[in-house]
Order: sequence, then structure tokens, then C-alpha cells
Amino acid sequence: MKTLLLVLLSLVLLPGAGAQGKYSTRAGLISFFSATPIEDIEARSTQANGVLDLNTGQLAFSVPMKSFVFRRTLMQEHFNENYVESDKFPRSTFAGTVLNFQPGSLHQGGPQSVVVEGDLTIHGVKRRVKVPGTLELKDDYLLISAKFSVAPADYDIEIPALVRENIAKSVAVTVSFACSPTAPLQATNTR
Amino acid sequence: MFRRFLSGGLLGAALLAGHAAQAQDELLQELEAKADSTQAAPNFTQATFKGTHIINSQSVETPGQGTLLFLIQHRFGTLNSGAYNFFGLDQAVLRLSFEYGLTDRLTAGIGRSSQEKTFDGFLKYKALRQSTGAHAMPVSVTLFSSAALTSLRFREPERPARTRWAYTYQALIARKFSPGLSVQLMPTLVHRNFVDTRRDQNDVYALGAAFRQKITKRLALTADYYYLLPGATADDMRNALGAGVDIETGGHVFQLHVTNAQGMMESLFVPRTTGNFFDGDIYFGFNVSRAFTVKGR
Repeated sequence: MKTLLLVLLSLVLLPGAGAQGKYSTRAGLISFFSATPIEDIEARSTQANGVLDLNTGQLAFSVPMKSFVFRRTLMQEHFNENYVESDKFPRSTFAGTVLNFQPGSLHQGGPQSVVVEGDLTIHGVKRRVKVPGTLELKDDYLLISAKFSVAPADYDIEIPALVRENIAKSVAVTVSFACSPTAPLQATNTR
Repeated sequence: MFRRFLSGGLLGAALLAGHAAQAQDELLQELEAKADSTQAAPNFTQATFKGTHIINSQSVETPGQGTLLFLIQHRFGTLNSGAYNFFGLDQAVLRLSFEYGLTDRLTAGIGRSSQEKTFDGFLKYKALRQSTGAHAMPVSVTLFSSAALTSLRFREPERPARTRWAYTYQALIARKFSPGLSVQLMPTLVHRNFVDTRRDQNDVYALGAAFRQKITKRLALTADYYYLLPGATADDMRNALGAGVDIETGGHVFQLHVTNAQGMMESLFVPRTTGNFFDGDIYFGFNVSRAFTVKGR
């Protein structure tokens, strides 16, 4: 029994031994798109923060809601004021784990399909989600990309009857990060 | 043995899962801490007011780059004009205007009021934007200047063109105190090239104040008021006062209000308001704006 525990514990701690460090970015791209009979709604932010720990396969990202740029300025105002309430909930975040994580295969080149499970928080509502994505190591950069859909109703984003037809039930979100290797946490914290 | 192995495995799995959940939250916290400490872009306050106008006043808001705003402003006659005039609804003055966002901060506009057949043109520039973050700014300041030309035919004697002009200069200083409450102060100078009497002032100074309180996301109460600084104009005229509601739908803002001023331009309502609000000289009116995206970003 003791041996078994030891083996399990070492399994938990082992990845730390082969430290490959963290990859992060402060200029990640997140965009979303929805099509309705009246018009397409599209917005993008290039100010997402993201980090992926290659040791543990854990990743997190965070995006300021006010950084989303819409084609129509009025839409942008409505998005922030009426729907996601950016003053109250300034950021959307995700914290999760790569389920079928194989750091080794990253080094063989080419994109690796993965599934990530974690907590997506939008408009102050936290939900457990599972999304498919790809990871790829390329020229010192770790490229993370994912596509998934978000239903505003799931995150208590209220859409009044008057404009319900103009806003899709489900919004397609695209995440695309190019992360570079990060110095250990201790070093960044001493500033 | 098998059972032991199973329980051990379960324990291990539980440990592993707990460890993972904690670690991913730590990762997020680390990320957030870094984002807070290195946040470069200031967080600008948005939507201090719903529209580019409050009631009579301009607000600090400008339509964004490439947005064309079509604005219809209406003031009926006075409420106390009696049933014969359908309490003012038989009579109306109108202002139509277009406002175009040259950039996110600079707007040019043109307008036409039926009152004295006045044309106007204006520029509005967001000089400072309220923000939090790295370089926090407590207020938004928008500079406004307009020129108005009356095209009314004067008889005996016909007036030369230069006497038909009036100019307005304003600093609109606003702060959004909470998501619901916004307050704006408006030091104002109206210069009129020509005034009716020798006693009247060509330069009229006033201090305006306006507020907005949201009731729901799409409904707000508003008020604005102009205090005329002491002088002949202040002695002869009234301070313009308005109270109203803003109703926002998709691309429209409907503003319904009551005011003692019938003019819808600064050079008309600041120095030339005669109605006594509390005596029933109240004009019911509305502003409706519609935004068109001419050039997307």
C-alpha cells in the first residue's frame, strides 16, 4: 500500500522534474461571431492574457471585456453597457486542464489535437466546459487555438424581447494565442 | 488486495484531481495579478450619457468613428396655451441635424432649426476621457463650439449677413459616478453679433449642469439647467430648465422631456429663454436619434 501511494505521489510530482516551463502571452486574439437574419455581429480583442504550463498541462486565460472592438461603435457600447456589464464584470476568464496532454508529442512538430476542460467565467457566471483545440510548438512559440460556442443565456446575459431576433442564441468564439516561454513566476513577482 | 488497490487508486485520483483544480486556479490568479500590475491600456469609462444630447444640452458623448447620427428634435407649444391649442401640440418647432464621427473623438455636425430659420454647424472634440487604471482621469471633458446663422427675412431694414451670426463655446465636463449616475457641468459663452437692444449683452456667460440617473438598463431620468451669470440678459430672461426620460432601443435613443425653452441650440435657449417653468410655460418635446454606420472599423 505504501509503495502504491508513493508511486501515485511520484506520478503527481514527476512532471515538475522535467521542467519545461510556462508559455504565456499578453496579446492573445479572441474573437466572436454570430449570424442573425438581420446582421452579422463580429468583435475581436487582441488583449487577451494567456498562460499554459507545459509541466502540468494546465492553462488559463483572461480577457478585458472592454477590449473587444466591434465594427459598429454603438454595438460595442451596448455590448458593454447592456449585455456583459463590463463595469461590474470587467474580465472573462478560463482556467482548465488539457485532458489528453502529451508534452512529448509536441516536440515532434505539427499541431496536436487536444481537449481542454475547465471553468469558463463570463458575466460573473462560472461554468464547467469542455472544448476541443490544438497545440503546436513552432519556432519557440506555443500556438494555442480553439473554437467553441457560447450561449449568452447560459451566462445570465439577458437579451430583451425587442432585440432578441437581432442577437443569436449561440455565439462562435475563436481563441488564438501565440505564447512565448516565460521566466519563472518568482522572477516576475519580484518587480 | 484488489480492494486495497482500488481504494488507494481512488485516493490517488482524488488527490490528483484536487491538486489539478487548485493549480489551475493558481495559474489564473497568477495571470490576473500579472495583468493588473502591467495593465498598459487605461480603462476608459463608456456611455456616460445615452445620447449626444441630454435634453437641450449637448453631452460629452460623440458618435464613434464612421457613425452618422440623424437627430430629430421637436418642441411643441406651451402646456398652458389651453385646450384650443391642444395644450401646445398644435404648434411645434423642429430641429433636424446630422452628426458624423470623423474620429472616435472628433465630431462635425450640421443642423437646421425652424425657429428663426436657423442653420448651425458645430465641432465637438473629446479632449479628456474619464478612465481608471494606469493614468486615471476623474472626468471626461468635451469641447464644443458652434456657429449659428439665422436665415429669417427681416423687413425694413434688411440686416447684413454679419449681424445674423451667433457663436457658442462650451466645455462639457462630465463624470460617471456609478453605472447609473452621471453629472455634467457646462461653462458656456454665447456671443451674438447683434442683439435687439442697446442694453442687452452680446456676450452671455452661463453655467449649465445636467444629470442622468439610470432606472433600468434602457431607461434613465435626465435633467439639465443653465444658470445665467448676472447681467442684463439674466435680468430679462429665464434660466433654461429641462427634465426628461431617455428610452433606448437598438439603434435609437428616444428622449422625452418638458422644458421652459423652445430653442434647441445653445445660442437660442441659453440667452433667450422666456418661459417660466413653474407658471406652466412648459414645452413638451422629444429628441430621437438614429445611428447609421457609414464606415465600419
